[in-house]
Amino acid sequence: MIQVVLPKNLQILAGVGRVVELEVRGAATQRSVLDALEASHPSLLGTLRDQVSKKRRPMVRFFACQEDLSDESPDAPLPEEVASGKEPLLIIGAIAGG
Amino acid sequence: MSSVRVLVGTRKGAFILTADAARKRWEVEGPHFAGWEIYHVKGAPADPDRLYASQSSGWFGQVLQRSNDGGKTWETGGNQFLYDGTPGPHTWYDGSPHPWEFKRVWHLEPSLKDPDMLYAGAEDAALFTSTDAGQTWSELPALRTHQTASGWAPGAGGLCLHTILLDPNDGGRIVIAISSAGVFKSDDSGQSWRPANRGLRSNTIPDQDAEVGHCVHHVAMHPSRPDVLFMQKHWDVMRSDDGGESWHEISGNLPTDFGFVIDVNANDPETIYVVPITSDSHHFVPDGKLRVYRSRTGGDEWEALTKGLPQKDCYVNVLRDAMAVDSLDPCGVYFGTSGGQVYASPDGGDSWTPIVRDLPPVLSVEVQTLS
Repeated sequence: MIQVVLPKNLQILAGVGRVVELEVRGAATQRSVLDALEASHPSLLGTLRDQVSKKRRPMVRFFACQEDLSDESPDAPLPEEVASGKEPLLIIGAIAGG
Repeated sequence: MSSVRVLVGTRKGAFILTADAARKRWEVEGPHFAGWEIYHVKGAPADPDRLYASQSSGWFGQVLQRSNDGGKTWETGGNQFLYDGTPGPHTWYDGSPHPWEFKRVWHLEPSLKDPDMLYAGAEDAALFTSTDAGQTWSELPALRTHQTASGWAPGAGGLCLHTILLDPNDGGRIVIAISSAGVFKSDDSGQSWRPANRGLRSNTIPDQDAEVGHCVHHVAMHPSRPDVLFMQKHWDVMRSDDGGESWHEISGNLPTDFGFVIDVNANDPETIYVVPITSDSHHFVPDGKLRVYRSRTGGDEWEALTKGLPQKDCYVNVLRDAMAVDSLDPCGVYFGTSGGQVYASPDGGDSWTPIVRDLPPVLSVEVQTLS
């Protein structure tokens, strides 16, 4: 199971705790993980990426294993530690606003 | 026994305030959607337990919430607000062309007859409609593609469609307002639109009497007289007696005619309320005094209402959708401030008490009169 950590506002929106566990089909990538996340929690549609273009919202970031993966290709494999469930994929609302 | 339910949108969540018809003792419930900006919450006239809320965030975008039990529980609706076709540019602050971009829904207006039908006024300015209780949305594109639209420029708050008035006597007539394009009117359910700004005069635009380009802040209508409209413009309080075809100024003796809110007493369509704000550079009330001004003559002659409102060291603002009236007798008047206070007057404005004092900054106030 892949673990995804959501920011507080999205926990409230989706009615879930800090960590969501997901079964992901095929290779674990940003796209496949977000597809699985949105399928299991449709209220998150449009909050992380555009519903049509699937482009990441500008102030949403993806971190894992102490790396910023936000600008990686959505189809690039996630680190093995994430794919195996040892480390979570962290979804972060960018620090902004002073 | 009648009761009232006040729906409050704030920068960090929604709150629901309830009281019986005396409107003295209040229960405060919330925050709903804590941490999110709630630009607007409104009940459906055809089913008071059906509420809609516009929830948004600079990080996570737009969410539409719906309740079927008066706000006890909520479920998300659809949040795919897509402009019809490929939108062209509008005018940016510096005069350059700027692509139309959806940012948020400012105002939700449920149909007067069908609780599953509603309109959404968006930034960048467009009018969307849903016929399935907010699950799916489609644009009424004739407004955004109006021949003047490429010249629309945003006000300081953005290019927002903030006012939607539905004519109770004519199902096809809709009046909307955009900052800072002005008022537009449709007689065919939004299939075509025409500007309705004749008589407006704005010294902040090159052609002061232009057909469009006026920074209209809010428009109010009494349901018994849909052809009489009252407007708080950036500067100037205005009135139309012909459904927006022409306007004349009614600022009269107001201490300043800048402001955001305007509303009409439910029991007397000639009694109107505004909250004067110092200026466009000083978004707070004049002289440190929070005063609602009431006209019983449909404008021009105004009296300050101060009983129960702070009269020293007060520097709050009242935003455009943050005033509402109930339909009890005497009429209750409600408004919320940038300081997080929500004030209520159960006697038409004669006296005021704060329902709550310390909410996040208030973005919108609506009220439902329940039987």
